[in-house]
Amino acid sequence: MRRSRTLALAAVAATTVLVVSGCNSSTKSAGGNGSGGSSASGVDAATKGIVNASDKKGGTVTYEMKGTPDSFDPGNTYYVYMYNFSRLYGRPLMTFAPGSGQAGNKLVPDLASAPGQVSADGLTWTYHLRAGLKYEDGTPVTSKDVKYAVERSNFAPDVNSNGPTYFNELLVDNATPYQGPYKDKTGGLDSIQTPDDLTVSFHLKHPFADFDYMVSSPQTVPVPQAKDTGATYVNHVMSTGSYMFQSYQDGKGATLVPNPNWDPSTDPIRKQLADKIVVKLNIDQATVDNDLLAGNAQVDLGGGGVDPQTQAKLLLDPKLKAQTDNQYGGRLVYLALNTKVAPLDNVDCRKAVEYAVDKVSVQTAEGGPIRGEIANTVLPPDIPGQQAFNLYPSTNNGGDVAQAKAELAKCNQPNGFKTTILARSERDTEVAAATSIQAALKKVGIELDIQQYPQGKYFSDYAGVPKFDNSNNVGLIMMQWGADWPTGYGFLQQIVDGRAIKDSGNSNLAQLNDPAINSLIDDAATNTDPAAREKDYQQIDKQTMADAAYVPLTDYKVFLYRSSSATNLQSSAAWSGEYDYLNIGTNK
Amino acid sequence: MLAYIIRRTLAALVLLLVVSAVTFGIFFLLPRLAGETTDQLAAQYIGKNPTPDAIIAVKRNLGFDQPLYIQYGRFLKTLVAGANYKFGPDPVTCHVPCFGYSFKNHLEVWPEIRSRIPVTFSLAIGAAVLWLLSGVATGVISALRPKSFFDRGAMGVALAGVSLPIFFTGALLLELFSYQWPILNNVQYVNFTDDPLMWARNLILPWISLAFLYSALYARLTRAGMMETMSEDYIRTARAKGMTERAVVVKHGLRSALTPILTIFGMDLGLLLGGAVITEQVFSFQGIGFFAVSAISDNDLPKILGVTLVAAFFIVICNLLVDLLYAAVDPRVRLS
Repeated sequence: MRRSRTLALAAVAATTVLVVSGCNSSTKSAGGNGSGGSSASGVDAATKGIVNASDKKGGTVTYEMKGTPDSFDPGNTYYVYMYNFSRLYGRPLMTFAPGSGQAGNKLVPDLASAPGQVSADGLTWTYHLRAGLKYEDGTPVTSKDVKYAVERSNFAPDVNSNGPTYFNELLVDNATPYQGPYKDKTGGLDSIQTPDDLTVSFHLKHPFADFDYMVSSPQTVPVPQAKDTGATYVNHVMSTGSYMFQSYQDGKGATLVPNPNWDPSTDPIRKQLADKIVVKLNIDQATVDNDLLAGNAQVDLGGGGVDPQTQAKLLLDPKLKAQTDNQYGGRLVYLALNTKVAPLDNVDCRKAVEYAVDKVSVQTAEGGPIRGEIANTVLPPDIPGQQAFNLYPSTNNGGDVAQAKAELAKCNQPNGFKTTILARSERDTEVAAATSIQAALKKVGIELDIQQYPQGKYFSDYAGVPKFDNSNNVGLIMMQWGADWPTGYGFLQQIVDGRAIKDSGNSNLAQLNDPAINSLIDDAATNTDPAAREKDYQQIDKQTMADAAYVPLTDYKVFLYRSSSATNLQSSAAWSGEYDYLNIGTNK
Repeated sequence: MLAYIIRRTLAALVLLLVVSAVTFGIFFLLPRLAGETTDQLAAQYIGKNPTPDAIIAVKRNLGFDQPLYIQYGRFLKTLVAGANYKFGPDPVTCHVPCFGYSFKNHLEVWPEIRSRIPVTFSLAIGAAVLWLLSGVATGVISALRPKSFFDRGAMGVALAGVSLPIFFTGALLLELFSYQWPILNNVQYVNFTDDPLMWARNLILPWISLAFLYSALYARLTRAGMMETMSEDYIRTARAKGMTERAVVVKHGLRSALTPILTIFGMDLGLLLGGAVITEQVFSFQGIGFFAVSAISDNDLPKILGVTLVAAFFIVICNLLVDLLYAAVDPRVRLS
């Protein structure tokens, strides 16, 4: 799950009255101003088109952010905004073309000249690099650098510990387990082959249809081994993108300038508009918002949306409101029902919970419709192929007490039962949502004991840890989940595949292990027909809901303010609703 | 006088040693007493996903398996001799003075703090000059004209200054003068050496925010001290001798009233040099206070340890300077 910045939004609940009004769509097109294309304006305009479309060069684009990212090293980050931003100075094999809304989900070759070529058995993926690619110092980019980048980011967790390890799990290991580039002296991982300087092949343990999405991770941004200084490589990342680092100070910020060795003829998606990109870190969120409003900054790097005070201000002023975007963030807020603890090991008892939850009160606790639409499916609407359905309908999503009681009677718990619900103590909205669920379930006789745990140890020690949950009567677990890449597999596999259940750090919080679902997951992983895969995801979604393993609560939405001094703004589904950072310029 | 200086300096050094021992105890001993294993302690020094390899490396680097007194000795040694740690292809060095090495960010702590010192010093010293001048002047005038319109007005403002927290006054000044009427737009720290004018321009609002709080306190303290001093017999004697009122007030009244002010000033300045936490947060200035808050929120123990030591150092040094100044202002101090 790519991490998103959610803590900053924790106090949103207080603004419920204001946010209930929501945002009405009133996008309109206006003439372009230099790009030759059309420019959109109005509420949610960047979710449907390009706002301030322009090819104007020059100026300084300023990014500000509350807090700091995990790392600017493309091989050592797991935040969605860094996946987005790192493409300015690093080109992965594949990436998402700039696009608004769902159009942003279009995967295109970047460092590679074409999507991967898969072997007949589905076990080998081959990419050919574009010719003429260079680093900022003019040295050529080779396929060996891509291989090295994957090795250092996936096989050296004591040095680069922030990113996911999908490649580690999917690639065939050496006969003697590969120790990572800093310890291994045998010549690297054999399952990544580089027959020539422009070709790289990946040999997988099992077929994996979404591999093109996997290589869109910044972990495939090439790193020349001679320049890698391990954990301190972040101090000078070698650029292959349109910009390169002029300076970087941990916790303070960075300055990027145009990369003179970036060749636009090798790059159909980047523009290199600004003369300089300045990143300021650890800026108070109110200051970030005010600077966006005043034009002192063009982008909130974190991309999680404005703070509650600014949100209220924006919604009350029609002119300001017209410069906002309210987009799905590719994440589901949900309640996991532990299928292994009594009486929730009985599907009818779980169905009782499905019916009893008042989703409107949960939505209010989460910050109102502007921060999330009520969800009835596990797949969020911004995942391609998602199909809307509702197996547990109730009037206005307020819960169905009568039906819940009927389900309780079916599972021999007519008077309800007692269980525990877990939530993360730092997340006010999550605790507020758990409290509203507690109130709703009490109406049908289900007594909930809310237990809060710090998010740092939430998954390692408590939530989804089978030993802890099953022996401590943990029946319900609050959770948010986002896809690592916008496909059903990227979203579903970790949370519904029974074979993904782990002793600790588990994401399948419900401990759901349905053979029918597991089989569909396997089919989706190997099926080469995208339409058939989407059908698999829809079936998985329906089966998961029939199993009543999860109660979808809200589909998370971000609420962004568009700086009028920023050009080429597009709120992309691929980046959890953030603006695509690739071609943002300034008209200042 | 020399003996006094040597005595106070030695006492300050001992105090610094005690501070280092207490700080070390808080970070290394208390968690162990609370039942944390060395593995758990080591895991807190690593970023996300503490792997067994990384835990072993940190335990080895910090010597967690050794007795506590050896760990403390090692801790002091790294301060004055530096240390080498093995991560990635090349060993990394923590140079002297090694105030710690952040295993989460793979950065030496001291250069991080050092780069933030100019920010905090600019903020604290500028504000200190402002509050000392305005606070003492207001206090003196109020004391000389008790119950006058000026006195009542100034003390009313002082009360407001003491009562209003910096996160309110700072945010208010920022909203009014940076966003509503952008006279001081885009406030951000600029190095003095890069652009002295912009340095001063961007510090005006933080200085005023800080000085408003402190000058209010100093005005009230000076007023009380001056009123008490001005009613002393020796003031009457000075006047009877025919001295000018200015000489009486400045030479006899203010000098005597200043002694306790100086003590408090040393404490306040020392604390601020250790990090003007809230002001730096409000204005997003990357000073020592901001660094401390980030370190705490990241749970980065070496950074917290380093910044605690540096902050303690500033407080001890400021108090030492005040003690020395105290002796210059009041000759009786040297005798004690």
